[in-house]
Amino acid sequence: MDKTMQLADLTSHVESGMTIGIGGWGSRRKPMALVRQLLRSDVTDLTVVSFGGPDVGLLCAAGKVRRVIYGFVSLDSIALDPHFRAAREQHGLPVTEYDEGMFVAALRAGASRLSFLPTRAGLESDVLTLNPELRTVASPYDDEVYVAVPGIRLDVALIHLNRGDAHGNGQYLGPDPYFDDVFAMAADRCVLSVEKIVDTTELTAAAPPQSLLVSRMFVHAVVEAPNGAHFTSCVPDYPRDEAFQKRYVDAAGSGESWRAFEASYLAGDEAQYQEAVRALRVPEEVTV
Amino acid sequence: MSVLAATRAEVCVVACSDAWRGSGEVLAHAVGTVPTISARLARLTHSPDLVLSDGEAFLMSSPPPLGGTAADGGTVEGWLPFRSVFDVLNAGRRHSMMGASQIDRYGNQNISRIGDPQRPKRQLIGARGAPGNTVNHRTDYWVARHSPRVFVEAVDVVCGVGNDRARAHRTRSLRFHDLGVVLTNLAVLGYDAEGRLEIRTLHPGVRVDEVRAQTGFPLAGPVDGVTRVPTDEELHLIREVLDPRGLRDREVPG
Repeated sequence: MDKTMQLADLTSHVESGMTIGIGGWGSRRKPMALVRQLLRSDVTDLTVVSFGGPDVGLLCAAGKVRRVIYGFVSLDSIALDPHFRAAREQHGLPVTEYDEGMFVAALRAGASRLSFLPTRAGLESDVLTLNPELRTVASPYDDEVYVAVPGIRLDVALIHLNRGDAHGNGQYLGPDPYFDDVFAMAADRCVLSVEKIVDTTELTAAAPPQSLLVSRMFVHAVVEAPNGAHFTSCVPDYPRDEAFQKRYVDAAGSGESWRAFEASYLAGDEAQYQEAVRALRVPEEVTV
Repeated sequence: MSVLAATRAEVCVVACSDAWRGSGEVLAHAVGTVPTISARLARLTHSPDLVLSDGEAFLMSSPPPLGGTAADGGTVEGWLPFRSVFDVLNAGRRHSMMGASQIDRYGNQNISRIGDPQRPKRQLIGARGAPGNTVNHRTDYWVARHSPRVFVEAVDVVCGVGNDRARAHRTRSLRFHDLGVVLTNLAVLGYDAEGRLEIRTLHPGVRVDEVRAQTGFPLAGPVDGVTRVPTDEELHLIREVLDPRGLRDREVPG
């Protein structure tokens, strides 16, 4: 089945009030083109589940987030996302902050349709007191107790990979798969964006079958979005755009500078975004 | 004693390096510049079995360049994507040296937020792996700026589990809890029989009253003495091989 879709049709999969999982990790291989499309839409009131980076930051800045469930929110080379920080400090944005291993357990439980998975992580820490809905579970075999991390089911998962075919088979070519396959399996629907849609035969022409991270069984729509993880990294296709990430962080400094950033980069469609990003690089190339 | 005068940062690197001693064939998890250099120094000197990662997804058979990944060169000896880190820590074959925004006398550590947890005065990085690390394997802390703001009576959020909480736990589930040492720019701290922090050694030139003044709770001796200075070989490795750009001095000035 041909599952290719235009970016503009994302709202046929994502609605207000949904719980959405966002793949990648920190400021690495985030489905930023999909996130930017959410910013252009009227979709709001989202529960966002993420190893957070600028995806969480942009959605917070746009006021589209009801709650964030996360293991961390970081820009890697810059410790904290400024918009997420502001949402927490100035507006008390509700969060569910897990230990990273607990977060993985929650996703894996969701992917396995289990109500919980046991883990040692979290015991005696304030992760339990700050999330009073969490329960422990006694082992039926010995006297141990574990945290029963509740499974997270996602209404929709958004992930970005290097290559994919029109049927939804997705391939990563970098060093780390992150958890994109788990996000896809934990979700009722998964939208996959890729740098390039290729023929199925091309997927394994230059890369081993083990690089085929996501099966079409778990993917409902495929979007071709070249440079679609920008400004996060998408190796080996491109590294993080550190200069642009810094620009994003600096722009968060005041309402005025953020409105200017929005006007320059987020007011138009994806093609205009990519054109504006390209335009930033041209003067440097000319002066070299 | 070395003939080359070591800087405070170099004393700290060596003190941190000594913390890895005896860990055996486990994954070294080091957060921060000084801890990262220290694990690599330990690997090149007294702890050749220590397992190092490039900070991304690969295990390296010799220390990778500081700030670089496997992509910058070196021999890969294993694949450790982020998902596998949790398998290793659950298996206990890991030793962490993490940072601490706050730490109390029992070694409870906070890296999540300052102030009201629901609406924090300062949102920090988040609990990250601290809850899981501290209940699964040996955990040390590195504090680059020893101050009463870090060493507090009570942390705002317990991320890393301290000795009081671990000992109060009633089942066998916390039997792998193992806090080692807390290393700072002033001293090496250990835990006494009651699980409370105490001074082990003072870095050369540091006075005990100075450390106590910079600590927000009473800190007992006994003071065993002075933190050892780096050997000539260690100084050579730090300066010429591991950190030729002197990134350690940015973390520990002076």
